[in-house]
Amino acid sequence: MKEKYWRKNILYLRILLTIWFICSFGFGILLAENLNEFYLGGFPLGFWFAQQGSIYIFVILIFIYVYLMNKLDKKHNLKE
Amino acid sequence: MDAQFWTYLLVGVTFSLYIGIAIWSRAQSTKEFYIASGGIHPVLNGMATAADWMSAASFISMAGIISFLGYGGSQYLMGWTGGYVLLALCLAPYLRKFGKFTVPDFIGERYYSKNARTIALICAIFVSFTYVVGQMKGVGVAFSRFLEIPYDLGVIIGIGIVFFYAVLGGMKGITYTQVAQYCVLIFAFTVPAIFISLQATGNPIPQIGFGSKTTDGVYLLEKLNQLSVDLGFEKYTDINQTTLINVFFITAALMFGTAGLPHVIVRFFTVPKVRDARISAGWALLFISFLYTTAPAVAAFAKVNLINTVSNAQYSEVPQWFKNWENTGLLQFDDKNSDGVIQYVADEQVNELTIDRDIMVLANPEIANLPPWVIGLIVAGGLAAALSTAAGLLLVISTSISHDLLKKNINPNISEKGELWAARISIAVAVVAAGLAGLNPPGFVAEVVALAFGLAASSFFPAIILGIFDKRMNKEGALSGMIVGVVFTTIYIFYFKPQLGGPGLPQDYLFGISPEGIGTIGMIINFIVSLIVSRLTKPTPENIKELVESIRYPK
Repeated sequence: MKEKYWRKNILYLRILLTIWFICSFGFGILLAENLNEFYLGGFPLGFWFAQQGSIYIFVILIFIYVYLMNKLDKKHNLKE
Repeated sequence: MDAQFWTYLLVGVTFSLYIGIAIWSRAQSTKEFYIASGGIHPVLNGMATAADWMSAASFISMAGIISFLGYGGSQYLMGWTGGYVLLALCLAPYLRKFGKFTVPDFIGERYYSKNARTIALICAIFVSFTYVVGQMKGVGVAFSRFLEIPYDLGVIIGIGIVFFYAVLGGMKGITYTQVAQYCVLIFAFTVPAIFISLQATGNPIPQIGFGSKTTDGVYLLEKLNQLSVDLGFEKYTDINQTTLINVFFITAALMFGTAGLPHVIVRFFTVPKVRDARISAGWALLFISFLYTTAPAVAAFAKVNLINTVSNAQYSEVPQWFKNWENTGLLQFDDKNSDGVIQYVADEQVNELTIDRDIMVLANPEIANLPPWVIGLIVAGGLAAALSTAAGLLLVISTSISHDLLKKNINPNISEKGELWAARISIAVAVVAAGLAGLNPPGFVAEVVALAFGLAASSFFPAIILGIFDKRMNKEGALSGMIVGVVFTTIYIFYFKPQLGGPGLPQDYLFGISPEGIGTIGMIINFIVSLIVSRLTKPTPENIKELVESIRYPK
C-alpha cells in the first residue's frame, strides 16, 4: 500500500517536472527563437515565456502538486 | 514636503515597526530560536520566505540588469523562481518530515557521518556569509544615496537593527519581521510600477501594460525594439543564439542553487506539518512572482522613458533628476564631440552617457515624475529587502555554529539554556563580522555570489535529493560527490574570474559556459560520482534505510 503511494508520488513528480522543464528551458530558452515569430498581444511569444509565462506556470505547478498530494495522502490514509 | 522628508518618515516608521515586532516576539527556547517552534502558518511562512529570498539585488539591481540585457536578463527571472518548483516537489515536504533544525543536520544524520556534517556546515557558512556581506553593502548604499548619511554610518544603523531583532527573537523574531518587510517591499516595488504603466499605456497592471500599446498606438516592446535598433543596440526581445547555451546553464545553476540554499530550505522547517511545507512553497513563489513578473515590465518602461528623455537632448535642458544622479556618479555625461547634445548609442567611440544599472529602479520615480513620497517608499522597500535577507542568512550562520558545530560535533552535553546563549552570541558575532566586512567590502563580493549559487548547486542539492530518493546512497558516495562537485566548481570559478585573479579567458570556457553557470556542471559531476561510488562501496545501514523510508510518508 505504502509502496503504491510512493510510486504515484514519483509519477506526479515526473509529469510536473517535465512540464517545468519544457516551459522554462524549452519555450523560454531553446525554442524561444522559433516562438518569437508568434505574438501574444505585444509580446513575442518566446520572450513572453522567458519573462512572464514560465513564472506563472511555476506557481500553478506547485499548487497542482499540492492538490494532487493532499488527495493522495487522504486516499492512503496518510493525512496528518 | 520633499523626497528627503518622506524618506526619513517612511524609513523611520518601518524601522520602528521592525523593532516593535522584535520586542513582541522574543525567543524563549532553542526550538523557538532555530525554527520558531515549527508553528508558523504556511501563508505567513510564504511571505517570510519571499522576503528572505528577495534581496537588495532583486529589489534594486535586477530590473536594471534586465533593462540593459533585454531578453538576456530572462536567466535571472527564470533562474530565481524556477528553483521553488524543485523545492516544493523534491525537498521541502521530506525535509519537514525529517524535522530537525538545519541542513547540515540532515546531511549529518542521513549520511551517518560527522565529516559529512562538517563539510555541509562549512559550505553553509561560506555561502551565507558571502551573501550577507552584499546585503550590508546594499544597506549602506541606500542610506548614503538618499539620506545623505555617510555610507559607514548607514551600514552601522543597518547592523544595529538586525542585531536587535535577530539576537532577541531568533527565527521567531526574524519570521514576523520578514512578514512585515515583505509587505513593505512589495508595496514599494509595485506602486511606482503601476503609475508608470498607467502613464505609458493606460493599463494599471504592469504585467499587461508591458505587452500593450503606448499612447501613440505602437506596442511598447515594438517601440523599444525600434529605439534600440536606432541607437545601434540589439533588439530588446531578440535572442542571441551564440550565448544561448550559456543562458541555459546559468538559468539551471540559479535554479538548482536556489533549491540548495540553506537559508531558504530552513524556512520549511518552521511550519507545523508536511502538507504545510508543500503549500508554503506555493505561497512563497506566488508572493515572489508579484515582484519577479513586475520587474521585467519596470525594466522595459524605464528603458523607454530613459531613452526618450536623454537621447539627443540638449545637456543644458536636462531635467533636475539628471543633475542629481550625476552628482552620485551613477550617471556620467562626457561631451565627446562638444555639441552640447547627449549622444546615447551602442558605439563606444561615440557614446557619451554612462548609466549605472541600479538607476533604473532608484531614479525611476523621478524619471516618470512621480510624487516625492514614492521615492521615500523605494528607499524603505530597498532597505526591507536587504535587511530581511541579511537576517535569514545570519540565522543560518549562527545555527551552524551553535547547533551543528558546538552541540553536535563538540559538546553534545550542552544544556538547552547554554545552547540558546551560544546561538545568541554566535548570531551577534556573525552580525558584527558581516557589518565589518560590509564597511570594508572586499572588491570581489559581487563576484563571489556566483560562487554561492555554484556551491549550493554542486554540494547540497545532489546530496539532499539523493538522500531522499535513493536509499542505496551511502556515506562514501555522498561525501565523494560533494567534495568533487565543490572542488571542481570552486576551481573553475576562481580560474575564470579575472576579479578573483584568475588567468582564464572567456574563449577557453568549457562548452562556452561562464563561471555563473558552471554550478550546473558541478552538480552533474556530483550526481555521477555519488552514484558510482555508492554502488562500489558497502550498502547503507538498515537504520538509515528506515530513516529514508520514514521521511517519504507524511505520517
